[in-house]
Amino acid sequence: MSPVVPPPAVALGVLLPVLVVLAAAAVVLVLDVLPPRDSKAHLGGVALAGIIGALLAIVMRWGTDARAFRDMVLLDTYALYFDLVICYAAALIVMFSMDYLGRTGSESGEYYSLLLFSTAGMMLMASAGDLIVVFLALELMSLSLYVLAGFFKQRLTSGEASMKYFLLGAFASSFLLYGIALIYGATGSTNLDRIAAAAATRNAEPMVLIGLAMMLVGFGFKISSVPFHMWAPDVYEGAPTSVTAFIATGSKAAAFAAMIRVLVVALRGAQPDWSALLWALAALTMTVGNVVALAQSNLKRLLAYSSIAHVGYMLMGLVAGGGPGPGAVLFYLLAYTFTTVGAFGAIALCARAGEEAVEVSDYAGLARRHPVLAATLALFFLSLIGIPPLAGFVAKFYLFGAAVRAGYIWLTVIAVLNSAVAAYYYLRVIVYMYMREPDGEPVAVAPSLAGGLALTLAVAGIVILGLMPAPFADLAQVAVAPLLR
Amino acid sequence: MVPESYYLALSAVLFSIGVVGVIIRRNPLVIFMSIELMLNAANLAFVAFGHRLGSNDGQAVVFFVMAVAAAEVAVGLAIIVAIFRLRRRLSVDDLSLMRW
Repeated sequence: MSPVVPPPAVALGVLLPVLVVLAAAAVVLVLDVLPPRDSKAHLGGVALAGIIGALLAIVMRWGTDARAFRDMVLLDTYALYFDLVICYAAALIVMFSMDYLGRTGSESGEYYSLLLFSTAGMMLMASAGDLIVVFLALELMSLSLYVLAGFFKQRLTSGEASMKYFLLGAFASSFLLYGIALIYGATGSTNLDRIAAAAATRNAEPMVLIGLAMMLVGFGFKISSVPFHMWAPDVYEGAPTSVTAFIATGSKAAAFAAMIRVLVVALRGAQPDWSALLWALAALTMTVGNVVALAQSNLKRLLAYSSIAHVGYMLMGLVAGGGPGPGAVLFYLLAYTFTTVGAFGAIALCARAGEEAVEVSDYAGLARRHPVLAATLALFFLSLIGIPPLAGFVAKFYLFGAAVRAGYIWLTVIAVLNSAVAAYYYLRVIVYMYMREPDGEPVAVAPSLAGGLALTLAVAGIVILGLMPAPFADLAQVAVAPLLR
Repeated sequence: MVPESYYLALSAVLFSIGVVGVIIRRNPLVIFMSIELMLNAANLAFVAFGHRLGSNDGQAVVFFVMAVAAAEVAVGLAIIVAIFRLRRRLSVDDLSLMRW
């Protein structure tokens, strides 16, 4: 006879930001079938309004430390910080999409609602206090993104991207699930705090370690760390550029959010083990990402490998551990998200001879014809290299500083060498834009109001973050505080 | 009475069969079935652990996983159909438009 479980108290306030996004998704779905049937331009506005509503809810709730549904969902500063990053990325991507999809004539209600559903999944991942919620939120995010990647139904590359992302993503999620099962078996709970309590009394059981390794496979896939990165370049290249931007930023931020919380809270007892594993992953990820990026001629693939390299840097902060390490990772994610959304967004605005301009050589002579856009794109690339006074520099400074203070000198040396290598392929694009002449038809750019506004916001983000990093770095440190209790 | 370790061994075997299937088969549908096998291996592990621990949590988890697996089927088959419409052939070896 099993004990009667009382129904959990319903505390919807804890889910408020997620619920706002979900409500907006539902409204978009309903409006999609109402007139006007021939124009879908207003749906982007509705989606944007939903995300701004969620941002307001996040700001309103800032500083709370609430938990609900028997500790399954947490709303602490850590979750709110990631909600902020994810909603910022989602808002910019909706604006870029209004421009991008409007031009390709494929605007539709399901695009925006799927975007919002995956945003909700990402936000839930950051709030998860239980491994089951981690799994469910990850699936909500991923299933929406699989469909979005194949959104251009008439393009073979888009379908191919979708299929690869789906098969490999589902494969990785089953590893994550089996890892969760093993950890549940070893510790008797799926709740992060209770796992930590149970694991503390027993010293590193093999079953916990195998479970940890399998969960790292699942998370490693989502953040696209080497050796689980093979899907990333193909998916980034084939998916619609606005979706690529979201996969590169939002889904990565969410996966990092869940991974850091699981490792630092639930598996803190096994820290020496996962720290050593992540050391190797970090060194491998940044090196492979940067070296392969050198050989790329497709700008979307180049940015895919560059994003893999950036994951390597971020893993370094996790290796460093303690308070400053994860704090630096959170700050890096913010800077990375601002920069990468902007870079992909700027690419989405460019077209050449009716096609998307995705080859590096397409961008030859861009500076002469469209000086503002070229300068913007150059700023994003300089920030990705880590040139002061842009966001990328400060983020790297904090991250490398945390690693050195924690005594990981060699890892930092590898990272610095990698940053130097990376400068080559970013600068190559800038050289093309400023010093080469186009052969054939030049790139055409016609940003709409939404696209221009989004670009302006992204540039403002990296400049403000670069010039006044202190308040944001403090914010990141405040955000990791709930994990370290 | 079958001891729990038998169930766990079976679950590990099923999971391994699924992994091998994903790696060696070339038909997306069969790969997909192998992934389903992996998910169900995890389900079996959850139930066996739940029984050993004397808690209902393991069995409750299985319901969620089954719902997720159903959603995955819907999305996965839709993607496969969308590709089949364009291509009329179904093998992951064909998915090679993009190469580094």
